[in-house]
Amino acid sequence: MAFDLKKPTRRQLLIAGGVAGGGLVLGYAVMGSNKQEKVRAALVNGEGEMMLGTWLKISPDNVITVYVPHSEMGQGVHTSLPMMAAEEMNADWSLVRMEQAPAQQVFKNDALATGFLGNEMGFPKVFPGFIEFAGSTAADFMHLQVTGGSSSVRYTGQLGMRVAGAAALDMLRRAAAKSWNVPLSEVVADKNILTHAASGKSATYGEMASAAAEISPPSDPVLKAKADYTIVGQPIPRFDIPSKVNGTAQYGIDARLPGMLYAAIAPCPVFGGDVASFDGSAALNRRGVKKVIQIPGAVAVVADSYWRAKEALSDVKIAYDLKGNEAVSSDTIYAQYDKALAEDNGSADVEKGDAAAALQGAERFFEADYKVPYLAHACMEPMNCTVHIKDGKAEVWVGAQDALGAAAFVAKTAGLSLDDVTLHPLMLGGGFGRRGSTIDFIEQATQIAMQVDAPVKLVWSRENDVQHDCYRPAITSKFQAALDADGNPVAWHNRYIGKNEPADAAHIPYAVENQSIRYVESETHVPFGAWRSVAHSQHTFFTESFIDELAHAAGKDPFVYRRDLLKDQPRHLAVLELAAEKGNWGGPLEKGRARGIAIQQSFQSIVAEVAEISLGDDGRVKVHKVVAAVDCGEVINPDTAVAQVESGIVYGLTAALYGDITIEQGAVVQSNFPDYQMVTLADMPVIETHLIESGAAIGGLGEPATPPIAAAVSNAVFALTGKRIRKLPLMNHDLTTAGKFAQAAD
Amino acid sequence: MAITLKVNGVEQTLDVEPDMPLLWALRDELGMTGTKFGCGIAACGACTVHVDGQAMRSCVTPLAAVEGSDITTIEGLAKALGAEEGLSALQAAWVAEQVPQCGYCQSGMLMAVSSLLKENPKPTDADIDAAITNICRCGTYPRIRAAIHAVTTA
Ligand code: FES
Ligand code: FES
Repeated sequence: MAFDLKKPTRRQLLIAGGVAGGGLVLGYAVMGSNKQEKVRAALVNGEGEMMLGTWLKISPDNVITVYVPHSEMGQGVHTSLPMMAAEEMNADWSLVRMEQAPAQQVFKNDALATGFLGNEMGFPKVFPGFIEFAGSTAADFMHLQVTGGSSSVRYTGQLGMRVAGAAALDMLRRAAAKSWNVPLSEVVADKNILTHAASGKSATYGEMASAAAEISPPSDPVLKAKADYTIVGQPIPRFDIPSKVNGTAQYGIDARLPGMLYAAIAPCPVFGGDVASFDGSAALNRRGVKKVIQIPGAVAVVADSYWRAKEALSDVKIAYDLKGNEAVSSDTIYAQYDKALAEDNGSADVEKGDAAAALQGAERFFEADYKVPYLAHACMEPMNCTVHIKDGKAEVWVGAQDALGAAAFVAKTAGLSLDDVTLHPLMLGGGFGRRGSTIDFIEQATQIAMQVDAPVKLVWSRENDVQHDCYRPAITSKFQAALDADGNPVAWHNRYIGKNEPADAAHIPYAVENQSIRYVESETHVPFGAWRSVAHSQHTFFTESFIDELAHAAGKDPFVYRRDLLKDQPRHLAVLELAAEKGNWGGPLEKGRARGIAIQQSFQSIVAEVAEISLGDDGRVKVHKVVAAVDCGEVINPDTAVAQVESGIVYGLTAALYGDITIEQGAVVQSNFPDYQMVTLADMPVIETHLIESGAAIGGLGEPATPPIAAAVSNAVFALTGKRIRKLPLMNHDLTTAGKFAQAAD
Repeated sequence: MAITLKVNGVEQTLDVEPDMPLLWALRDELGMTGTKFGCGIAACGACTVHVDGQAMRSCVTPLAAVEGSDITTIEGLAKALGAEEGLSALQAAWVAEQVPQCGYCQSGMLMAVSSLLKENPKPTDADIDAAITNICRCGTYPRIRAAIHAVTTA
């Protein structure tokens, strides 16, 4: 995390309570915290309602409100998390409401992370395998209100929502048994109603809520068996969708406040550079312009409309100090990588067996160098943030993947305490990692607001967004492999630039006895950002293309080759075989078409994709169909799950076909959608998604469909043209089917 | 200089520059934020509105060019499509197919699609591909296509 919030040390508990007049509240809370009192006050808005901590509230009118500590950016988390809580409560879904938890300390998720993982509150024994798997990762994601790493359902849902829901149900049933003086085992709870058949007694959850509040929460609530689910696993419509078809959804960019001003910025085009001097006098003469100010690395114009601010920027004369990075280009960066990889054997990622020896004595030896360029996120909603600093307090309106972290960032930038920052979380017009920990635009908005006596909304232009992103890094990855007489790989030797999260991104699932995977760090001045699926997106292109090369070198079918090497990986095998079957692998093809396949495990889910392609008359790759098989352990909402898979594939397909951020003279060459091209309807393949519920630990879905697509398509290109794609994007390759049997590669 | 616009049937008079793009007049001057900013150069379609029934990208449409015209935005789409209240059939199809993800592009998508359907009530996939060039970074394209077909074959 980019912020230095202190780790809490106070004891944390599953806690519940209520007030006379009705209502039950339940969640995880920091005991005895004043902040908690504040949030409690802010959330209690109805007679007889009370809020003690995070997550659940049952009101006298029988409505269940679930407070979700994550941002909705289209992944459906504002619906899937309440579904998990409601399931455990045997709730009537029509009585379930969702609210996004305010960005307040008390709502941070570390009640779970530190409580469970530190065993302070006693980890519910329902997830025995979890601690070992998740370790500090869970703590990282849950520490703040982070939405990323496909973590929401896996961590908050599994550990928070389900346990809180089950605890609430337990308390309601015990309260009913007590007040009716009947055995607990005879109290049935279904669809927000408690009943006791023998006595004919019944009450709604709402009616029983205050009695339940008198009961102490169970330390180890029993969770429902999957066979009993009635809500989880259903394609329940998302809460957020109706507001997104009539223009009423409120995104960060839609914040409007009385007296609000607008800011547009001109950052130094070269990363790391600064403003040497500027003359804003001409801009100040323009209509509506209030101020021209300097902030670190940029000049900002503040005006009474965004358009006026942006137009006025062209009248500001700015001299930049480029700080020595003005000679850097994509070419010099790749040359720097090559040098680093040549000079340094790097740090170990995986070392098993003796790859060097196996390469030496190999029957057949192969090597290949792969590259991917920088990529920008290009969220549909350009970066923006509204900040009002007044009387030592700050108010913030923003769409952020980490709302609490964003508030902490504002506090730090403005020199305020976190208690003096109120952040209003708004919807995100796309996140993909950009609105996570890399929240430079929030810092800038704060720096501007510190110099302005009004609320001010900073809006980046698309050009700002493309040229000042935090980029998926360009990477070089070099491979060597040895095959035995049967064509099976006996050595896998990989050297790549820059290790990023997740740590297993460059690992292979295949049975290769000798492996040496090592990495070399090679810093550039281009800012780094997490980009949907992070390091998996690059490494899966590399590893799944290179294994495809080996399959062809061995004279084997790429699906069969993989299958044989995955004999000891039953989940992988099932996913691969399903993709091949549904993708009609080996089946007849229209003339001029070919298929490619790739598989990757990421964020605990395994995805295999089969892509069917042809070449257009212009030599461009046309992807006709993508069939995806996905094992995500358990599916919460099948409709959102499929939507996420489709989304992940389109995101990865844009990168594979078109994505290319290049650096010249220290700055990004591309500036807007015409030269940073996106997949549109006309490029779209038919996408078919097949979900497998293997019962394995629940996996993420926001990201895992992205990694395999570039390799699946590139492998299809090889099958069709004989040309091996070792550098993305595909649009930069001159492809024809004429060279099908040539050994060409680049 | 005062400029008079008719937005969703309501006359609005603005004292702004004639070269101010319609997008920013709608968003910042009139507070109608349903129309979105995505690129500013007519390359993404997020800002699509109807001008006299035709889809136009409002980020490059100066006010001077639409003075006196009938402008429909996402806020007025349901009514323009004949819905007495609530959603039009097109928007309802968007909900039924659960089209939006982040939703940011969807105002523009709906405006572009409704304009296409006016001219071509039963578009083929090829017609859709040619007419709807809006960008959706969340990749909701398969559902957009499905929703168009659902509403045109209903
Ligand atoms: S904002 Fe108008 S087309 Fe992109
Ligand atoms: S739904 Fe997010 S950009 Fe289209």
